[in-house]
Amino acid sequence: MAKIRSHIMVCGGTGCVASRSEELIDALKSELKTVGYDEEIKVVKTGCFGFCGQGPIIKIHPDNVFYVKVMPEDANEIVNEHIVKGRTIERLLFEDPEAKVKQDKHSQMNFYKKQYRIALRNCGTINPEDLNEYIAFRGYEALGKVLTEMSPEDVIQTVKQAGLRGRGGGGFPTGLKWELTYKEKSDEKYIICNADEGDPGAFMDRSILEGDPHSVIEAMAIGGYSIGANKGIVYIRAEYPLAIKRLEIAMGQAKEAGLIGKDIFGTGFDFDLEIRLGAGAFVCGEETALIHSVEGSRGEPTKKPPYPSVSGYKEKPTCVCNVETYANICPIILNGSEWFSSIGTEKSKGTKVFALAGKVNNVGLVEVPMGTTLREIIYDIGGGIFNDKDFKAVQTGGPSGGVITVADLDTPIDYESLKAIGSMMGSGGMIVMDEDDDMVNISKFYLEFTQEESCGKCTPCRVGTRRLFETLEKITEGEGTMEDLDNMEQLCYMIKDSALCGLGQTAPNPILSTMNFFHQEYVDYVTGQKKTKYSIVEDKCIGCTACARKCPVDCIAGEVKKAHVIDEDACIACGACYDACKFDAVLKP
Amino acid sequence: MPIKSLDELKKIRDEHMKKVELRETGQVEGDTIEILVGMATCGIAAGARETLSAILDEIETKGLKNVKVVQVGCMGYCHSEPTVQVNKPGEEPVLYGKIDGAKVKDMFEKHIEGGELLDDHILIKTFDKA
Repeated sequence: MAKIRSHIMVCGGTGCVASRSEELIDALKSELKTVGYDEEIKVVKTGCFGFCGQGPIIKIHPDNVFYVKVMPEDANEIVNEHIVKGRTIERLLFEDPEAKVKQDKHSQMNFYKKQYRIALRNCGTINPEDLNEYIAFRGYEALGKVLTEMSPEDVIQTVKQAGLRGRGGGGFPTGLKWELTYKEKSDEKYIICNADEGDPGAFMDRSILEGDPHSVIEAMAIGGYSIGANKGIVYIRAEYPLAIKRLEIAMGQAKEAGLIGKDIFGTGFDFDLEIRLGAGAFVCGEETALIHSVEGSRGEPTKKPPYPSVSGYKEKPTCVCNVETYANICPIILNGSEWFSSIGTEKSKGTKVFALAGKVNNVGLVEVPMGTTLREIIYDIGGGIFNDKDFKAVQTGGPSGGVITVADLDTPIDYESLKAIGSMMGSGGMIVMDEDDDMVNISKFYLEFTQEESCGKCTPCRVGTRRLFETLEKITEGEGTMEDLDNMEQLCYMIKDSALCGLGQTAPNPILSTMNFFHQEYVDYVTGQKKTKYSIVEDKCIGCTACARKCPVDCIAGEVKKAHVIDEDACIACGACYDACKFDAVLKP
Repeated sequence: MPIKSLDELKKIRDEHMKKVELRETGQVEGDTIEILVGMATCGIAAGARETLSAILDEIETKGLKNVKVVQVGCMGYCHSEPTVQVNKPGEEPVLYGKIDGAKVKDMFEKHIEGGELLDDHILIKTFDKA
């Protein structure tokens, strides 16, 4: 009988699947068959490795070689060279953007050096669709330990002492949340997983559910046991089809193995789990709105108190936690609260997963200990700013957060420090911006998002965010006045103080934060210092007419072989002319 | 097959750990013994695949946890294929020639476990090679 001597791990996260990793898996399998190695080499579809900018990624064990940007066409070479002859394929190795050297081990890469993976521990290591692989990496041991050796109070104490705080953004102590729900007397209680990840650019929760769904299921059962709930609900947006599929497969396997369902581990504890799909409304990430949506009502928030721990789903005590929070539970139970609380800063323990995006060299998913500085994340892990541009700001906390400038790059990241510099942890989206990015447009982008996502229940948010957006539109079109700036700022504070839920209360943050750090950019728009329309440099234009033919509003005039001119009044700043010009004659606003 | 106790879970875990172990041994630096098997055309023609599977068999029957098997390209000793190099931490790497399936058992008992070299098969023993 042939022995399996090598595993080819292929990333099966959404990012890599979009770059054809599923085709790659098929190609590898068929190439292996051709050379007769299909019984000794196993191809495993695994979860996100995090290095999404370099995807699709494959890793070959036990040689521990890491290949990047692998295409289905490369399968033949990988099998014939690496697998059959044992030769590493140079051209598929990652090249360090600074040192310009090829690296074959992931441990050599700066991207991984400073990371510490707790929530993402199994992503890229196991096949998420195979329960046995999860069990091999200590899966369901924590649940077994909790049910057979610990009382609900013990579990709550452990989570409390670990210092785990909600990873959805708020940072509420998880142990305390569990304790509050535990203390309520009720015939029924519920535990809910908030997988309604909605920040633009954030994909931490999706990757965890895709790469390690059992870790969330197991943690929910542990949570259910400690608060006294026999029923769990995963609320996930329908826009995450792959995560839903993997979660369904995992739930089916766990049920079949008796790891959820009736009388788990023979202890008499019952725990059932079901999935509810959300339509992807941003406000449904707010826990009261989420609960209403689960109940089948409109996803609108209600006033707190009463908190869900007192009256939540079906007016019963309910505990809502985020995906990443759950992913931290099992390691805490297995390794102890002291281990967990030894990582991180004084008030923020453990690690945080960030979706690093924007103008950095290494785009991807990173997990770092709390207290890591932004500089380390952007320059060491992220590999610095794309195209050697200058760093301008990093946006954290999504539409509820703000920008952090170069002055605060050395701030160690935790819940408190980010708040102190005018941003917030949020769910973990981190968008890096370079010198070319326009801050007024950035806040316009976020306000466009929030005014659309406002549920409409309270006036400050429904009307207020719309007015903010309109004012920003007016400013970016060059029509704004200094008075508009003052009014806008005043309106921001009004909305913050009077909106019903977190969405409205934080919606003005992008404006306030950019106005604070980049006030001059707003003033430049208002005083006309900032160009808002495209223009043509006369000396560079050769009169090829390419731009005029592309312009959707026909505002470019000029004769063939003579310099063209853009009518700035009619220009809608779409940028089509800029893309069409081959002579760099069109100037961006 | 519902799992009804922690012991049953551990049994399943032990069973499946063997299948995923090689993903871990590759990561650990330090006291892992590396066995490199020359798997170029010359090696394969001389029976390196039988050698390789014999090595994997030995590791499994002996239940060794700290041995990592890596296939490599031609090591340049085509006249003595199959070639196998043993890297024990802190010791000079030893390259053996003509290690067929039957010799593998010897290599494990003498060198890997006993620390005694197979004198008749040594091609080269030096730090100056990979």
